[in-house]
Amino acid sequence: MMQRLLQSRGLPQIIALLVILVIDRAVSPQFFDLRMLDGRLFGSLIDVLNRGAPVALLSLGMVLVIATRGIDLSVGAVMAISGAIAASLADQHGLPIALAAALGAGLLCGLWNGFLVAVLGIQPIVATLILMVAGRGVAQLITEGRIVTFTAPDLVWLGNGAVFGAPTPVAVVLGMLIVTGAVVRGSALGLLIEATGGNARASELAGIGTRAMILAVYVWCGLCAALAGVIAAADIMGADANNAGLWLELDAILAVVIGGTSLFGGRFSLVLAMVGALIIQAMNTGILLSGYPPEFNLLVKAAVVLIVLLLQSPWLASVGAVLGRARQ
Amino acid sequence: MPAFAFDANVGGSDVGMNAHSDPGHALLEVRALSKSFGTLRALQQVDFTLRAGEIHALLGENGAGKSTLIKAVTGVFPRDAGIVRLDGAEVAPRTAKAALDAGIATVYQEVNLLLNLSVAQNLYLGRQPTRFGLVREAEMRRHAAALLAEFDLHIDVAEPLGNYSVAVQHITAIARAVDQSARVLILDEPTASLDRHEVEVLFAVMRKLAQRGIGVIFVTHFLDQVYEISDRITVLRNGRLIGERTTAELPRIELIRMMLGRELAETTRERAAAQDRKAGDVCARFDGYGKAGYVAPFNLSLRRGEVVGLAGLLGSGRTETARLVFGAERADSGSVTVEGKPVRLLSPRDAVAHGFGYCPEERKTEGIIADLTVRENIVLALQAKRGLAKPLSRAEQDEIAMGFIRLLDIRPPEPERSIGLLSGGNQQKVLLARWLATAPRLLVLDEPTRGIDVGAHAEIIRLIRELCDDGLALLVISSELDEIVTYSDRVVVLRDRAHVDELEGEAVDVTNILAAIAVAGTAGAEAG
Repeated sequence: MMQRLLQSRGLPQIIALLVILVIDRAVSPQFFDLRMLDGRLFGSLIDVLNRGAPVALLSLGMVLVIATRGIDLSVGAVMAISGAIAASLADQHGLPIALAAALGAGLLCGLWNGFLVAVLGIQPIVATLILMVAGRGVAQLITEGRIVTFTAPDLVWLGNGAVFGAPTPVAVVLGMLIVTGAVVRGSALGLLIEATGGNARASELAGIGTRAMILAVYVWCGLCAALAGVIAAADIMGADANNAGLWLELDAILAVVIGGTSLFGGRFSLVLAMVGALIIQAMNTGILLSGYPPEFNLLVKAAVVLIVLLLQSPWLASVGAVLGRARQ
Repeated sequence: MPAFAFDANVGGSDVGMNAHSDPGHALLEVRALSKSFGTLRALQQVDFTLRAGEIHALLGENGAGKSTLIKAVTGVFPRDAGIVRLDGAEVAPRTAKAALDAGIATVYQEVNLLLNLSVAQNLYLGRQPTRFGLVREAEMRRHAAALLAEFDLHIDVAEPLGNYSVAVQHITAIARAVDQSARVLILDEPTASLDRHEVEVLFAVMRKLAQRGIGVIFVTHFLDQVYEISDRITVLRNGRLIGERTTAELPRIELIRMMLGRELAETTRERAAAQDRKAGDVCARFDGYGKAGYVAPFNLSLRRGEVVGLAGLLGSGRTETARLVFGAERADSGSVTVEGKPVRLLSPRDAVAHGFGYCPEERKTEGIIADLTVRENIVLALQAKRGLAKPLSRAEQDEIAMGFIRLLDIRPPEPERSIGLLSGGNQQKVLLARWLATAPRLLVLDEPTRGIDVGAHAEIIRLIRELCDDGLALLVISSELDEIVTYSDRVVVLRDRAHVDELEGEAVDVTNILAAIAVAGTAGAEAG
């Protein structure tokens, strides 16, 4: 029983999320309170979803990259680039052009990463490190070193508006999750990505176009990062090339790993990566609400990561099996 | 005396020579050694005797158990049963270091030295001469130069080892081992990456060591070199000892028979049905197909309902031919026609699109995807062939998977089990199912029965025949000649990365294949 519980997919993550939410409720009694204001829901729980949106979007792309046994360190920098582009163009050219340019930039970034990894065969961690460093420079060139602000209401709405009561960023994440899920699981892409990540040589010999597969996941990851960048810029009504998306690539990787996708590639779960992103944000919000200095956040995050990884480890499952047998 | 004592060591080897003044005595004795990996019996009751002062070739095809024997003797693997005696005293090293301390040194094909350090540092790493805790570089270099001079190697020992050829690196590794008072020296494929001249330098070193009374075990697949240097030969096949002979008394054809064929079992083709069966139309044809430095251009026609066997020794170009045929390697000459139409095979993807399938020899690294389930592994190639946009529904996948699990009797019959948990034979069946699901016209099987237990072995062979009867064209590689003879309608014989002969019909028998392989070859020519 114990063993089956521990081995059922996704259960450790969901338990971890619930535990953190309960702790949040303990430190902040109003945590679960919701109220409606101007057609938009407010409350700490909504805050977790809203604040977690950028990392959730990054994780959606990152989980596919990691499933192919890759990694993308450049997503934070891509956020800065797309945010800078959207912020610079929004007031003069309107949202459609600003959005298209920002997402186009993300697509190009993804193509670049994918080209380095799939075609030139550079190790993903090194290949994407290039754009991680260079990308922030590009973003600073776009903003000319200033913080670019804008007032275009439709772009502001992307960060602060509401769709059916939910904050727009949350709706965007949900939409992207559905689109990604439909593309990946509705086609054979999911299986072929998992095969490529599990054993690239065998997959190629089975007739899978592994290069195209790898190129595609980096492009998708770039797109997701660009969207996250636009939302982050819309949220603060400005683009800060120095700080937008800073270190968020690490949160995204963490969310994917917490979501049970192995860094060695293979099996992946989009929904659990989302749960991973929520776990991270629920901790952040909880610590802010508790009044502890935010520095604690880092330590608590580390502890939670350790616990989730332990819960997933085969070692614990075997201990559970032994305990279960002893009890019978 | 510091740990380092070059002169003393030279003296030591002299003393050693006196101690072993009887050059024929058994230096290393292995008795009834057994080793299994899971259900696969890699070594069964193997005996091996190395005499002082001899160069002893250890031969066998891939999977024969050569490496396992060496690793079980030198403590890399624990052994399941059997004893090893060195000079009559039982030894049971648990690590390679312990084996070295006992006097058994191994130099692998990939030299385990540090290419960024100097030759001298490599020779004395971990036992440098020191004074007041400081390494005495000059003294170390002087000794290193003297040590290598013994092997007629006069080089600047202060240079990084990586600046020198592979042969020098090998000799450095050997010198290091011998200087640590090794009495048994195991050389695992030392000549594989050497040119003709370097091979001669290495052979001179080996002869010198043998004269000193050291026993040398020489693992190789170059038969010419075996006849050139070895005094004695031991042949393993399928983890069993086939025999030990003195080189002078073992004709080459007999040696190849020991390596490939079943002794005395002069297999006659027991295929009554095959005689009546007419081969169908040509479904794939390769003209002048080849790749420089990989496989010499060859002509090959594959017909429906026909099994073509590829026979030859290890390294003769069998797997290379298969990879070219499947597009896993790009040819630089020749042309391909499939069903009469010219096509190009630039990748496995192209080959799959034209109805080819390939079960590689390296099942674990190139065949199965261990994380995925049996069902997913079965549908993979079919899904890749259909393309992304036409996913097989779960119901279709289940139907295909269960169909093949029943047809091929895959056990356990659980489509949702990870393929990594299945036995080798069942993994092989899953890979066959993967290709059969694509309804191929040509199936290439590289060592389909390698590493599979006896029961599954017979089943796979039965399957090969059935597939052929169903009109599939098959290209099969096997090291087991009697196996090839059993199912092949035609046999292409390879030697030194070229197709040298083709036998058909009545001519397909073990004797003819052996004769074609054994034509006194030019094993060293390709390197030289």
